[in-house]
Amino acid sequence: MNPKDVLLTFPELLLWFPLISGLIAFALKKSDQAKKWALTSSFITVGIVAASLFFTDQKYFNFNNVSYFWMPSIGSSFALMYDGMGRMLCLLTAISFPLVFLSTYNNDYKKPNSFYGLMLLTQAGLMGVFCAMDALVFYFFWELALIPVYFLSSIWGGEKRIQATFKFFVYTFAGSLLLLIGIIYVYLHTPEGTFSLRTFMDAKLPPGKEKFVFWLFFIAFAIKMPVFPFHTWQPDAYEQSPTGVTMILSGVMVKMGVFALIRWLVPVFPYATQIFSNIIIVLAVIGMIYASCIAWMQDDIKRLVAYSSIAHIGLMCAAVFARAESGVEGVMVQMFNHGINIIGLWIVVNAIEKYWGTRKISELGGLANTSPTLTIFLVIIALANIALPLTNAFVGEFLMFNGLFTYGKWTTAIALISIILAAVYTLNMIQKVFYGPVRAHYPLAGVTKLDKGAIIALSVIVVIIFVLGVYPKPLIELTINTVGAFMSKVQGL
Amino acid sequence: MIALILSALWGVVMMFSGIFLKNKKAAAPVAIIGIIALLVVTYLEYSTVLYLDADIRGMLKFSPFGQVFTGIVFFCTLIYFILNATEFEETGNDTFEYYALIFFILSGIGLVTYFNTLLMLFLGIEIISIPLYILAGSDKKNLKSNEASLKYFLMGAFSSGIMLMGIAFLYGASGTFYVDGINVATAGFSPMIAIGLVLLLIAMSFKVSAAPFHFWTPDVYDGSPTVVTSFMATIVKVASFVAFLCLFDNAFGKVHADWQILVALITAATLFIGNITAVFQQSVKRMLSYSSIAQAGFMLLAVFSLNTFAKEGLILYAAAYSLATIGSFAIVAKMKDYSLEGFNGLGKTQPFLALMNTIFLLSLTGIPLTAGFFAKYYMLIGAVKAGNQIWLVIFAVLMAAVSAYYYFRVIQAMYFKEGNAGTKPVSPVFKYTLLFTAILVIVLGMFPSLLTKALY
Repeated sequence: MNPKDVLLTFPELLLWFPLISGLIAFALKKSDQAKKWALTSSFITVGIVAASLFFTDQKYFNFNNVSYFWMPSIGSSFALMYDGMGRMLCLLTAISFPLVFLSTYNNDYKKPNSFYGLMLLTQAGLMGVFCAMDALVFYFFWELALIPVYFLSSIWGGEKRIQATFKFFVYTFAGSLLLLIGIIYVYLHTPEGTFSLRTFMDAKLPPGKEKFVFWLFFIAFAIKMPVFPFHTWQPDAYEQSPTGVTMILSGVMVKMGVFALIRWLVPVFPYATQIFSNIIIVLAVIGMIYASCIAWMQDDIKRLVAYSSIAHIGLMCAAVFARAESGVEGVMVQMFNHGINIIGLWIVVNAIEKYWGTRKISELGGLANTSPTLTIFLVIIALANIALPLTNAFVGEFLMFNGLFTYGKWTTAIALISIILAAVYTLNMIQKVFYGPVRAHYPLAGVTKLDKGAIIALSVIVVIIFVLGVYPKPLIELTINTVGAFMSKVQGL
Repeated sequence: MIALILSALWGVVMMFSGIFLKNKKAAAPVAIIGIIALLVVTYLEYSTVLYLDADIRGMLKFSPFGQVFTGIVFFCTLIYFILNATEFEETGNDTFEYYALIFFILSGIGLVTYFNTLLMLFLGIEIISIPLYILAGSDKKNLKSNEASLKYFLMGAFSSGIMLMGIAFLYGASGTFYVDGINVATAGFSPMIAIGLVLLLIAMSFKVSAAPFHFWTPDVYDGSPTVVTSFMATIVKVASFVAFLCLFDNAFGKVHADWQILVALITAATLFIGNITAVFQQSVKRMLSYSSIAQAGFMLLAVFSLNTFAKEGLILYAAAYSLATIGSFAIVAKMKDYSLEGFNGLGKTQPFLALMNTIFLLSLTGIPLTAGFFAKYYMLIGAVKAGNQIWLVIFAVLMAAVSAYYYFRVIQAMYFKEGNAGTKPVSPVFKYTLLFTAILVIVLGMFPSLLTKALY
């Protein structure tokens, strides 16, 4: 089939639809309209992704790939591809937004049209990152996803939002600029002088330089993930952003970093990866233990979840660099599951903050007595977060540790400590917040019931947790080809 | 050639129309007609419809590069005129003369773009500088403006002296003023040539306000009326850069490797001083002055790398930087308070101006989808390709990250801080022109090849 036979390919549709509906949202003046519009639009996006899952076969190549000339003079083309990993992450992006919109449906924002417009633009940027096949296009979206988030957090965030968001912005901007130099450097050494991923993989870098350029790429991705010691922006940013944005930041945006490792770092620099994987795995494991310990000490639930997220991402990073097939498969599964679970956690935290007016563990207690529904949801999601069997995270973590084990026994043993720590801090939090004596803080305005929207969102999340915990096969099958391609790249040495 | 003559002639026309048309408000339309005529003529010359065969003894060389560049200059000046028409009237009584001086400067810019001998380069630079000394002091009753004018004059005269000395050394070594002859003579790299080269490098660094020869810049830019600062910091500055690039490309291209490290050091110093000092400014006008030093550092990368990317990049940079800075300065000029606090809450009081300013500042930072991104990108790619000084590229990029800090402080002030930013009344024409400029910035950010392919 000729590419021209297809009017719009899936990646284009996923890119343009949120973009345009985001722009329309800006124009909607009434607060309810923007809200409803955003919700509808995000549901349609889910529909598009769901439809695209039926067109994975090679014979539908033209539905999933597109490439226009963009800047022929420097060999950049607007190339998008929709492979297994991209599909999985687009699915995650598509599902997260309605969950976010539903669960925060009763939150009132000033200037709601701008809020929802910027959210939808973020979605478009994320889709672009996950589908880009051209380094310059990738860089474009990588940066573009950042700008709306900067505005979202700075306008609608907490008290110290300006400093926290600014730190976040400067960190990631510095990282992206280093990435840009790296991209330029590789581009100048590609055989055909183009920016496409394929020629990037064929680029012949001088041996000494490959190591150097590897770090330019890695630092940019490490800041985004974030991996120890580049993580210091993250707890502040999560704490200060409005909850909806925190969900997107932690659920989807950090996956950009892991995704970029698998697509743009390891396959492009297989030799340097081999040399440096030891250092990076050590960093990641240190980060896991360190973040878990800090999480244990936190009094603020939001910061606790933020640090636990650093620990989880550290494990994904280590598993990528262990370069074992099961480990990488685990990363794929876990990217999706972690995104879903952490959104669930944030919904619960949001509810607690809304009804009890505080997030401090020391000030809360006995919530189970007053709001049993919330407690049930939280316990299920928290158990998924510490990867109990039968929950979705267990599959991913098991596979990742399996992969890490082939890399080194001791490393795995040390990394496993973080799982124990995760159980400690999570259960500690549940115990103090939900059980025990009822503390002085009474629910604000006597409301203890969850919003309808939040209940729907949490139910969906719980269903996903159990379904994927028992039957993870669809996710694995979706990404199996990507993993295969990745492995052939790292084993072909 | 015709555009060059016309720009000088139109300066005279402006002066005379000042005598006949007493109304100050008539000045802007006459100037705009002139600049549109210049644009049309430049386009016709570019597409070789018009051609004037005058015997200039090869002292000027007309190339598509120069024509595209003067086209950009005229276009930016047009936007600058439209945006600043009221400011011109408020600065002083001699509105027609201000426009006339600017037309003379434009003819000087023509000379420094097309020069083929050092004589023409020197003439061009002087024709640019002398009207600027006057313009810097055009707010006669303001002490700061007087100080700016005097300071600029002394520093400018000093650097012209250095430049003349450099030219003399080069003449002594090669026996010619023609850049080709000098290029041939650099083959035997004698001490005389080296001294001449270094003197010219210093003089040009003065003109483009590169560190460590930048000390005049903040005071002059801050003291001059905002409308003049806007012109000096954008159009004059990029013109000096084109002269810088052409001079070092045509006259010293053969010995590029010998002086490259010098330029690298100047670039690094400029980037460092410009960016770090801009961080500490409390006045937006002064911040933009320092940021113009910082942007000069980025443009110096073109002189450092001296390849096709550098040339294309400088053209893009000239357009992107001039458009964004002219727009941003025009908004500053409309503010009642130039300090950072003066911008607090502009997003509420004047949402349109705030949005436009955000686009310009994002472009100056170099965020994708704006022209500034590709300008920086071409500079970086040129510098990486020039090889061997990767540290400089990384340093430049880190400094670009620093620049995000002070540009975003303005955005923060506009949107996230509470305040009641006051502006002077703005006309619809002003708004539409700003919108048009912002659209151009974004279009160039998506399709930079619209501009770069015009070079060939």
